[in-house]
Formats: sequence, C-alpha cells, structure tokens
Amino acid sequence: MKQRPSGGAAGREENRPLSLYLHIPFCLRKCRYCDFLSAPAAEETREAYTAALCRELDLAAADLTRSRGGIPKVDTVFFGGGTPSLLTAAQIDRLLDSIRSSFRLQEAAEITLEANPGTLGTGRSGSDMLCLDTLRELRAAGINRISLGVQSFRDEELSLLGRIHTAEEALRSCRAVQEAGFENWSLDLMSGLPGQTLSHWEESLRTAAALEPPHLSAYSLIIEEGTPFASMKLPPLPSEEEDRAMVRETAAILASCGLRRYEISNYARPGYESRHNSGYWTGHDYLGLGIGASSYVDGTRFRNITDLGRYIKLLSGKGEGETRAETGCGTGISTGSDTGNRNTLPDDLREDVQILSDRDRMEEFMFLGLRMTGGISGEEFGRRFGVSLDSVYGGILRRQLATGLLRRTGDRYALTEEGMDVSNVLMAEYLF
Amino acid sequence: MQERIRNFCIVAHIDHGKSTLADRMIERTGLLTSREMQSQVLDNMDLERERGITIKSQAVRLIYKARDGQEYFLNLIDTPGHVDFNYEVSRSLAACDGAILVVDATQGIQAQTLANVYMALEHDLDVFPVINKIDLPSARPEEVRQEIEDVIGIEAEDAPLISAKQGIGIDEVLEAVISRIPAPDGDPEAPLKALIFDSLYDSYKGVIVFIRIRDGQIRRGMQVRMMATGAVAEVVEVGYFGPGQFIPCEELSAGMVGYFTASIKNIRDARVGDTVTENQRPCAEALPGYKKAQPMVYCGLYPADSAKYPDLRDALEKLQLNDASLFFEPETSLALGFGFRCGFLGLLHMEVILQRLEREYDLDLISTAPGVVYKIYKTDGTMMELTNPSNLPDPSNIEHMEEPIVSAEIMVTTEFIGPIMQLCQERRGRYIGTEYIEQTRAILRYELPLNEIIYDFFDALKSRSRGYASFDYDLKDYETSQLVKMDILVNKEPVDALSFIVHAAGAYDRGRRMCEKLKDEIPRQLFDVPIQAAVGGRVIARETVRQLRKDVLAKCYGGDISRKKKLLEKQKEGKKRMQIVGNVEIPKEAFMNVLKLDSSD
Repeated sequence: MKQRPSGGAAGREENRPLSLYLHIPFCLRKCRYCDFLSAPAAEETREAYTAALCRELDLAAADLTRSRGGIPKVDTVFFGGGTPSLLTAAQIDRLLDSIRSSFRLQEAAEITLEANPGTLGTGRSGSDMLCLDTLRELRAAGINRISLGVQSFRDEELSLLGRIHTAEEALRSCRAVQEAGFENWSLDLMSGLPGQTLSHWEESLRTAAALEPPHLSAYSLIIEEGTPFASMKLPPLPSEEEDRAMVRETAAILASCGLRRYEISNYARPGYESRHNSGYWTGHDYLGLGIGASSYVDGTRFRNITDLGRYIKLLSGKGEGETRAETGCGTGISTGSDTGNRNTLPDDLREDVQILSDRDRMEEFMFLGLRMTGGISGEEFGRRFGVSLDSVYGGILRRQLATGLLRRTGDRYALTEEGMDVSNVLMAEYLF
Repeated sequence: MQERIRNFCIVAHIDHGKSTLADRMIERTGLLTSREMQSQVLDNMDLERERGITIKSQAVRLIYKARDGQEYFLNLIDTPGHVDFNYEVSRSLAACDGAILVVDATQGIQAQTLANVYMALEHDLDVFPVINKIDLPSARPEEVRQEIEDVIGIEAEDAPLISAKQGIGIDEVLEAVISRIPAPDGDPEAPLKALIFDSLYDSYKGVIVFIRIRDGQIRRGMQVRMMATGAVAEVVEVGYFGPGQFIPCEELSAGMVGYFTASIKNIRDARVGDTVTENQRPCAEALPGYKKAQPMVYCGLYPADSAKYPDLRDALEKLQLNDASLFFEPETSLALGFGFRCGFLGLLHMEVILQRLEREYDLDLISTAPGVVYKIYKTDGTMMELTNPSNLPDPSNIEHMEEPIVSAEIMVTTEFIGPIMQLCQERRGRYIGTEYIEQTRAILRYELPLNEIIYDFFDALKSRSRGYASFDYDLKDYETSQLVKMDILVNKEPVDALSFIVHAAGAYDRGRRMCEKLKDEIPRQLFDVPIQAAVGGRVIARETVRQLRKDVLAKCYGGDISRKKKLLEKQKEGKKRMQIVGNVEIPKEAFMNVLKLDSSD
C-alpha cells in the first residue's frame, strides 16, 4: 500500500475497535449463481493459504500498531468465503491464535464462521454433513456464531442452484449447530429463484422458522454476468409482484418466531443482530485479510490482490533473499517491537487504495445507513461531518419524506417497507 | 479570355458519384497531385465527408489544357444534392452556363435526377449526360442511355461512359465540358452585375462572398452594393478558387467566377441570390430569382443542462454566421426551461445542425419533435404563422388554419407501387398521377402535407420499397385543413414540449399511438404515471406507466462497499439521460422520438 492510513478526518480516536474479515476462498464446487472469489483447491493450498493469512494478520497488526500507536482492539471477527468450513478446526484455531497474539481480541467479541451444510468435517468420506464433533472443536477454538448457507429447504431449488447439500442435510446441520451449543447462529435463504413461487418460498421460510434461529438473512438472487446462471436457460423468475409478496411474507413468518427485520435482507431476534455486518453499514473500521478482501481503516478503503498464488508467495516470508521461514504461525513472533524491517506488509498486497473524502463518507453514511430499518441519525451525521444533515441533504430528505418512502422519527430517518423495495432509486439520490 | 472560360456544375441523384467525378476532374487537371487528393476535396465539412453528401456548395477553378492545344479555365461549382437545399442548388445553377448530368449505370434515373435536371433546364443550362459506374458488374449503360433520352428527352447517344471511381473516361468528360458547354457572355464594360451563389464566414476576413460576374468587373477598393439588402461595402480582396484555398487576384470580369471580401461582418448582408453591383455606377436591375431562404421545419432546442443556455446561444450564433438559412429565437417551455425555437430548410438541415451543435460545441441537447409552419387565420382578420404548437391561439379565436402542401415525385419499381400508394394514402396524400418510365418503373405524383413527410416518411418509403424508392418534393402552397392541437399530459400535467398539430381525422389514432409510444419511452417511476392525449381539453387516449415496485440490492456484498456504490452510480448516471418534468423523469430522446410512429412493417 502506498499511502499509510493517516488517521485523518475519521481518526478521532486513536484506538477505535476494529472488525476483522478473513476471506477463505475455497469451496467444494462452485454454485451456479456464485460470483464470489472462491474455487475448489487442494489441501496443500488450503494449508499454505492458512499460513499466509496468519502472516498477513501478524504484519497488518504490526503495521496498525505502528500507525495508531497501540495494538488495535478487535471486537468482531468474521470468517467468510467461499466456504470457511472447508478449513479444519485446527486451521481455524491457528488463525484465531494469530489474532489473539497480534491484536487485542475483546472478551465479548463476536466471532462468526460461515459454514456450508455438508462441508463441516469433510475430507472424511461418508460424513459429508455438518459434523457435531467439528462444531464442538470450532466452539472450543473460540467461534461463537455460525452462519449457515442453507439457501433453500427444497431439494429442487438446491439442485438448480448447484448446492452440494440436500434439504434434509441442511436441516440436520442446523440442528447440529444448535446441539453443539451455538445459541447465536444464522441461516441464509434465497428468494427470487427461477421457477420459485410464493408457496415454495413460504415452505423454506416455515421450515427455517420452526428451527427458531435467532438470525436469518433473506437474500434475493441476482444473476451476475459470467456465472453459469447468466447463460443457462432457466425457468422464469418470479414477477415483481410475487417478489414483493415474498418479502412481505418473510417479515410476517419470521415475526412469528420473534425475528424482526433490521436491514434490507437481515432479520434477527432483538440483541442478535450481526454486529460484524452492522459495522459495514455504520462506518465501523474493518480490516479484510486474505485475497480480494476489502478494508476500511482510518478513512481509507483498499482491497487485497485477488491472485491466490501471488498472495501466498508475497506472504510466504521468503520473498527477498534470506528470511526466516515464518510459515507456521501462531508461534508468537514479536510484533510490537519493530526489530526487523522484514516485518512490514509487502507493498504489492493491497490495491485500489482510496482515501475517502468527506463527501464520499457522507454518501456512504446515507446509502449504507438507510439499509437498516433503524436508518440514520441526523445528530450522528452532524457529529461526524461537522455540518448539519439538513444543509447537505435537506432537499432530498424532504422530497423522499413526501413520497412516503422515507419516514422520520425524532432525528432519525429510515426507509419504509415500500422504500426498501425501491431503495436503489432512493439511495442513488444521495450520491453527489 | 471569355471564350476560354467554362462555368458548370454537376447534377446527380444522391450517391450517383457527383463528388467522386469532381475529385477526378480536379486530379486530372493537374492542380493537385494524387497524393494530395483527400477523397472528395470539395466536401470540406467533416460531416459532409462522413455522410458522403454535399451540404454547402463549393467552387473550384481548374486549368485544363484541351486537345485543341488551348488552355481553359473551368469553374466547377459543386451543388448540394439534397432537397432541403433546393434554393442553394438553384442559386448555384444560376451561376453556371452548363451542367454535367451524372447518372448511375446500375440505378438509372432517380427522383432527384429528374428534379435536378429540370431545375438546370429551367435555368437555361446546357445539360449533357455522363453515365457513371460502368465498372460495376450490374451496370447497364445502354438501357440507361435510352432511359435518359426517353424520360428526360436530352440527347445521350455520345454520353461518355465513365467510372469516376476508377478514373475511366475523365478526359472525355473534360473535352465534353469544352465542346458542349457554352463560353459565358456578358459585357465587361457594363456596370457590375454579379450573382452571389454562396458565402462563407471567416473570422479574419469577414464574409467571403462567392460570385459569378454577369457584366462588368470587380476589383479591390471598389464600393459595392448588395441590391436586395442594400448593404454597401468596400472590396478588400478579390480572387478565385484554388482547390481548398482562395487565391487572390487583381480583378474579376464578366463571365468569371470567384470571390470577394469587404469586411462584411454579417452573412445576412450578403445573402445567397442577391445581386452585387457598383455603388456609384449600379446596373439597371438586379438578377432575377432572389428569395430569402425560408425555414420549412421548426423545432425547439434546449440545453439538457439549463446552465448551458448561453453556450447554446453562442453556438447558434456562430453557426448562423455561415448559414443564413438557420433561424432561431429564444423561447421558454414549462417542461424544458429556456431554449430556442429553430427553423431549418428541412430535416437534413436540422439533423446537420443538431449534430454540429453536439459535436463541435459539445452541447447536450433536448430537441422537440419537428413541425412545419402553419398559417392561422384568426377571427379578428389577422394571420399568424405558427411555428410552435404551444402558441396556438384559443380555438374560438381561429377562423381557419392552413398547412403547407408539397408536390412530391416518388420513383419506384412497379412491384412496390401498391405499398407506396398506401403509405401516401396514410399520410393524407392526394394522388395526382402515375407515369411509367419503362415497364418496371414509374413515377408516382402526389400532393402531400409537409407535416406528414418531415419526420419519418423517407424511412417508411425506404422500408416499404426495400430501399428502391426515391423521392423529391417541392413546396406547392398552403391549403386550408382541419387541424387540431394535441396536448400530451404526463401525470395529469400538460407537457408543452410534447404538443403537436395534427389533422382532426387522424387525431384519435395518433393520440393513441403517441400514448403507447410514450409508455415505452418513459421508464417506471416510484408512482403510477398516467399518460393522456387530449384535444381541446378532452382526453382521447390514455396509458399508464406502472409504478416501479422493486429495485433493491438484497445481496451480501460484505465489506465491498465500492461495488455497491458503483451500482448506485450507474443508477444515477441513468438519471442524467432524463429530463424532470413536474416530478416525472422523461428520457431526453423521448421528445424527439414521439413522432416516430411508423411501425407498420
């Protein structure tokens, strides 16, 4: 990275808590709709990647410790993918150890692992499902929240999506998560699938609701260019009206098990909202590690390179000449004391570095904040930017209030349910 | 001297090879080497070269050593080939003594061939034909030769068979110019009498006036007067036309073609068609045929960004320096804000101006649907010319209305006579007659309201004849007509920029199709948008653009905020193409596209 995070406008507090996102770019097989950065990989690659991630954690922590003048506090950790549950519990354990030794991981930190029903405990033939033992090991390692990529409880839909599990396996995985003692867990479902009807969607939702999860993400399918879905002949997509009805049903059915919508596609029992994801919408600092991971630290956005081979090479510790082969990690190398200049992040690791202007940050404050049902606070806006919300966005806010798509409660503005349906149109207006 | 001058032009249907022949003649006479030849030397506007058409007339003097050993001065005056510029063509022809008629050996005579020949003959020009494109496999020179004799009635037996593209037969053409076009007459001692056939604005020299000297002489320092405009000026420079350049000389005398400058700042002081004479010793009477070029088609032009209004005005003023036929005056639209009502000679002229404004002046424009000039006779006995439908007086104050009618000639192969007649019928055409040129081709004569042909008639003609029909028209006169104003209401509000005048009989149908068209053009908004067509306050058609119900990003992008922002930026970018009218976003093209209603094929 060329620019060192300066602290700048956003850096009022020297040691604001940080979220960590660790990208695990592996999966057993690519799903047909997926355009995330992930691919099947050999066990040795996963091992080398784990080592590289540990190294990046150490170096990034050292870097931040220098620039902030103290070891950063970490309040959430998220293992995302890909399919993070493809790593072994031991590998996860090493990564968490690395975090603990390089950062100040808060006692109450939320530590989430995304898991794919049918992957936990893989590698061993015959036990393709989420294995109770593995889940217990993960819990012991420190994972305290599991996010299950169920997507659907209908086999027909699962096979169309190219998922590797059946509805029955998904169900058993959910129960295993609960049985392993995770009281904070979530599952993902997808609406807007080709050929999906309202009653199909209700079926998946009701199955989910019966499990009484404390959190559920209801995403809707976006057919992305370059994915098999984009070129496949598919059954017709639900109409706009059906799609809207699905969203309405989601809220109704989930309300029955105590979940309320707190973001466009997220529902939770009060107190179980994802703290990590909420951070993305509220301008919380986060450091992304691993290939393609995005970061927002001290007013600067950047992204890691996406080339797996290069990433591993850059962080192998053997980059230039003789270096200590520091591939095994969690061995507690000293990060605080700046002894050797090899202890710095490779220059070419990060790209797309963008120092946000006040205007950028205002835009984001609005279009991210309005994703949440709680919306944004005018007072908070004033505190962050030193100008009143009204002086910047007064006209747009009043216009949107008049349409009934935005509502105001005290100093907070939030999209109404109808507003959320067309949020892209509304949010685009906050761009300068 | 005079007997060694030839003033001539080339006339042809579009694409029959006029400009290419001109290029070859310039090349052959040795003033330009092949290397210097940029294709189509005479067409020096980018747009002309791009579209392969001649918009402004140009002239060039060639020096040709003929087979008789004599050196001749050949003044080639290039004429525009489009019906929009008929008046300019007419003035260019008036500067000539003869014309070369180019006919395509594969296509034979076309509508504009006839129109141009008739115009040349009207100007008493000696016309001789050449048959071009004989190198093409489908060439049928003998048939075309016969056609020229039969249809036009000029002798074509020794018409040179040429290929301008391949450079075949160019010498024959040059020799024919010498032998078949008369040398100019005129008295060099008489008072100056010169025809302005074109002009050009130059920011250093002022207006450069292109003239053909009928009598007398013009030289530096002379006080001249434009007889129609009365403008008087002192001649600063006289000269003749080299290829792509002006070559000053001492004087021009009777029979010659050249230019003069006189520090004239306004092109309207030296109008095409006017007669130049000596102020102190004027000629007895002006040359006949002068008329002011009248705009036939009007539309509203508005800057997409209202802050660019002064830029648009500056650009129009600059274009007008070179184009006296471009008319504009400020107007205001409730929907579009401040802009200009602009008048053009025709649709091509309009298109050319719009493109130049967008390209050369980098302006983003909204143009309203083009319309013609209606004559409104009011009950108080006065008459007004209506160029903007929004200005139509209250119907109770209108005695009657008149619309312009054109005489049209459509040349078509017989198999398409049916569809073309149907098209003319649909466009309120009055059938005049059919004339068979040969067994498979005929000329259809119609009188059509100009209003019905200005927009998409030409496209419709081409598509219904698979490209075979050709078309020419002439303004005939004005006729009383049952006309009404159609108002378009978007979200219950009338949008003045979408109003148009339509014949009462076709109003219902037009209104319905207009609403359907707008329904397709206007994207869905956050609320239902009714679109209504109304005549005299009565709604005759209605459509609804249904409310947008869903546009949301319910996908997990995690921390990749940039990707989210890019999507929103794209959305915002789309909005820039929109004009907000009331609280509805209407795409800028919609104001123009609404007239494109012909979808019958």
